[in-house]
Amino acid sequence: MDQVRDGLLYTKDHEWVGGDASARKVGITAFAVEQLGDITLVTIDVKPGDQIEAGKAFGTVESVKTLSDLYAPISGRIVAVNAELDQKPELVNESCYDAAWMISIASEAAPDGLMDAAAYRAFLASAAH
Amino acid sequence: MTRAPGGDKSANALTADTPLRRTPLYEEHKQRGGRIVPFAGWEMPVQFAGISEEHRAVRAAAGVFDASHMGELRIEGDRAADVINRVITGDVGRIVDGQALYTCAVDERAMILDDLIVYRAGATRFLVVCNASNRAKMSAHFAAHAAGTCTFEDVSDDTALLALQGPRALEVLALLGRDGAACASLPSFHFRDAVIANLPATVARTGYTGEDGVEIFCKWSDAASLYSRILDAGRELGVVPVGLGARDTLRLEARLSLYGNDIDDTTNPLEAGLGWIVKLDKPDFIGRAALVAIKERGLSRRLVGFQMVGRGIARHGYPIKGADGAVVGVVTSGGPSPTLGTNIGLGYVPLASSEVGSKLLVDCRGKDVEAVVVKTPFYKRAPRT
Repeated sequence: MDQVRDGLLYTKDHEWVGGDASARKVGITAFAVEQLGDITLVTIDVKPGDQIEAGKAFGTVESVKTLSDLYAPISGRIVAVNAELDQKPELVNESCYDAAWMISIASEAAPDGLMDAAAYRAFLASAAH
Repeated sequence: MTRAPGGDKSANALTADTPLRRTPLYEEHKQRGGRIVPFAGWEMPVQFAGISEEHRAVRAAAGVFDASHMGELRIEGDRAADVINRVITGDVGRIVDGQALYTCAVDERAMILDDLIVYRAGATRFLVVCNASNRAKMSAHFAAHAAGTCTFEDVSDDTALLALQGPRALEVLALLGRDGAACASLPSFHFRDAVIANLPATVARTGYTGEDGVEIFCKWSDAASLYSRILDAGRELGVVPVGLGARDTLRLEARLSLYGNDIDDTTNPLEAGLGWIVKLDKPDFIGRAALVAIKERGLSRRLVGFQMVGRGIARHGYPIKGADGAVVGVVTSGGPSPTLGTNIGLGYVPLASSEVGSKLLVDCRGKDVEAVVVKTPFYKRAPRT
């Protein structure tokens, strides 16, 4: 799988953000998925209508061996959560940039402090992650 | 999203500041795509193709594990058996030449110092295998008790250990020479010297996965070639390299204890479900009086297996609560079971909640998730045909 998709924005915690201001989708990157292995449980702790702040945890993703927190890359109002992941956590392994989006956030302000695809590729190539 | 799958955290914490050591298979692991993590002071592969995939390969065919980080202690002399029997809870007098014994050592309070396998090569020659995280402690412990009575040597630095585990393990071994084929007749927990792939080795019918299989001791300098010969010979049979991640999920399904998680120096073998390795009807040994006292007093808690009923995965250290929400125990191991497709765990609970069918709540980071006590092992292999 291509590790990085053009046109998305990325965090150092290996989340991606894509879409327009009315509903910016958020998910985890192929690199994160590869690190985690088989995803067995996705828990989203927010619901539509909630306000969320950038950097705050909105849920967890668990693999056979480990649990990782999911952090909101941007601030805004939750528009939707992907309920399909409840029953099909394996979608994260299969389609992390498409079917396995996790939440969408309405956020008028332009995303701040995130990396574009080129910068994220460079970040992965460096030892920093 | 920053934590990668790792090895046992408690073991890592002990050694965070000391330089990490490498087994003779380090380069082999790197070459085969092993993801290396620190574990008990060693750089070990946590996974190759993926934990679930490796796990299933061991249940369906076989896998090869590097256990070279474990400690091997040689204890020899006319009174070697007495010295060992003074230290362990089991009775080394009950095994014969070529037989091995799963046992543990406890302190005077009956708290577990380590779980061990003792191999009797002859009436005066024994090898004790201990956990990597306990090697220094156990080495010093046995050395102190051997002093002046028998010889003691820590041979860990020259002894590599590979495990070949799975329903096809013996078939693979048979491809590596006449001795390999002969190992198929070794009974469980017996061992013999054997030439495997033209290399001198000792093969034991033991393991840590709940599958049939063997563990193979060899010289440090022979390990890399033995490892690649086994993997090459077994490729067509579905044999794969396996990391610590699947080693942990496999042993959990088989309810084999992990020192540092399920047992440690705050737990006694009776409450850990290891009463069967405690033999009170042998000459006095360290911790015997305390074990007798615990038996007379009765247990206050017990290590049980549970299955998650609600949506959640129990992890080491999560609190266990009773129906009224009060904390009554703790999860010692937990995670998804690749074989069963459910989320399972082990934990200490009060006696009143330890019966099969008892309902528990596991506090999964602030969320109370229902669980139920189940029979263990969670997984038991079909009998050999």
